[in-house]
Amino acid sequence: MTNAADRSGVPLPRYFDTASAEALHPAARQTLLAALDQGYADPRRLHGPARSARLLLDNARAVVAECLGVRPDEVSFTSSGTEAVHRGLLGLLAARPERGDRVVLSAVEHSAVVHAATWRRAEGHVEVGVDHLGRVDPDAVAEAARQPEVGAVAVQTANHEVGTVQPVAAVAAALDGVPLVTDACASMGRLPLPEGWSVAAGSAHKWGGPAGVGVLVVRKGVRWTTPFPSDDRVDERVAGFENVPAALAAAAALQAVVGERDEVNARQTALVDRVRAGVAAIPDVEVVGDPVDRLPHLVTFSCLYVDGEALVDGLARRGFSVASGSACTSSTLEPSRVLAAMGALTHGNVRLSLTRDASADDVDGFLAALPEVVAAIRADAGL
Amino acid sequence: MTVDLELDCRGMLCPLPVIELGRRYAEVPPGGVVAVVATDVAARHDVPAWCRMRGQEYLGEDTAADGVPRYLVRVSAPG
Repeated sequence: MTNAADRSGVPLPRYFDTASAEALHPAARQTLLAALDQGYADPRRLHGPARSARLLLDNARAVVAECLGVRPDEVSFTSSGTEAVHRGLLGLLAARPERGDRVVLSAVEHSAVVHAATWRRAEGHVEVGVDHLGRVDPDAVAEAARQPEVGAVAVQTANHEVGTVQPVAAVAAALDGVPLVTDACASMGRLPLPEGWSVAAGSAHKWGGPAGVGVLVVRKGVRWTTPFPSDDRVDERVAGFENVPAALAAAAALQAVVGERDEVNARQTALVDRVRAGVAAIPDVEVVGDPVDRLPHLVTFSCLYVDGEALVDGLARRGFSVASGSACTSSTLEPSRVLAAMGALTHGNVRLSLTRDASADDVDGFLAALPEVVAAIRADAGL
Repeated sequence: MTVDLELDCRGMLCPLPVIELGRRYAEVPPGGVVAVVATDVAARHDVPAWCRMRGQEYLGEDTAADGVPRYLVRVSAPG
């Protein structure tokens, strides 16, 4: 979905939830349609259509590798970012059972990291707290990793809820040989990968590729063993028949996004600054996350005395699609672990994440509507 | 801990316990203590966050007689 007005001048609904999923990039759409006809066969067979599919898959791998600054043989395609996180983390633990299987993780990791760790071992993991901006301290992570039986460390590249960029390279430099897995799902394509990690994970639908494609990168020389049943296909890190057209479309989108990111990031960064300033002017509203060292497209804030679900609904009625980390909007009815770890207000929370073509008009429309929505909910509550 | 006003927010979902606190804390004079008794798990994070945003002092939590968490706030001044 794009945010341009149609020819009648009536504004179309504004989509502000690209951190959950960004609409397919035009480059990906063309590639996907062509690849559906060319890449349907089984890449491991030896006939012509198979060779064609194999070529497209190898091409997708090469393009993704180039975009990420890694080697093609370090890249695997999974069925989602979650699967890439699961395989990435658990494969490190499976490769070195003698080291132990406790995981050191930041308190603001995505639930996929937490679920993978507790699936392997119910207890004994070490959560490292964050500051009020949501950032981990590299020395605190390294200190935790010196405890016995720690098999892996997990620190995201950037936070998916508040946008704060994590000091991954500094964490890696401070570690004494324990491998580091970085969940790069929130940042892949938008920001270059940091240095120093052993395993990285990404998710195509968050950069404008199709859903159902994740990227798992395992650096050359890293000890990693598949943690799940394998098969006799080509890529030993994943199992099952590859979705060649989707992988190629994901690669095309990534290439386009990386090519455009200097311009897009600068524009989005300025628009987010505008949102941060506008939102902070509303009484009893707190903008959370790092104002500067952050993802370019994402901003999160919490409104005191406001029900998160009512806020999302009120904004949706005015045509704005946003996400929320408040408990009443989650399937578990638990408040956001990220907001709680930062000491931020967990209710009345909104996460805004901009499309690649978001304009000042889109943002100004939101900033005009938000105070009314907040005031109406507070008035209903008698405040 | 001497509590000057105890707000029974058992069973209320977020943000109702904090709304109750925001509505009623000024009934206690500066220096007094308001207690929020809440079953909702978000109150553990949101009462301290409210204190920070409204310039009040968060004292910590204890438990009510029935074991429900009780969050304690010292009233500094009208926020």
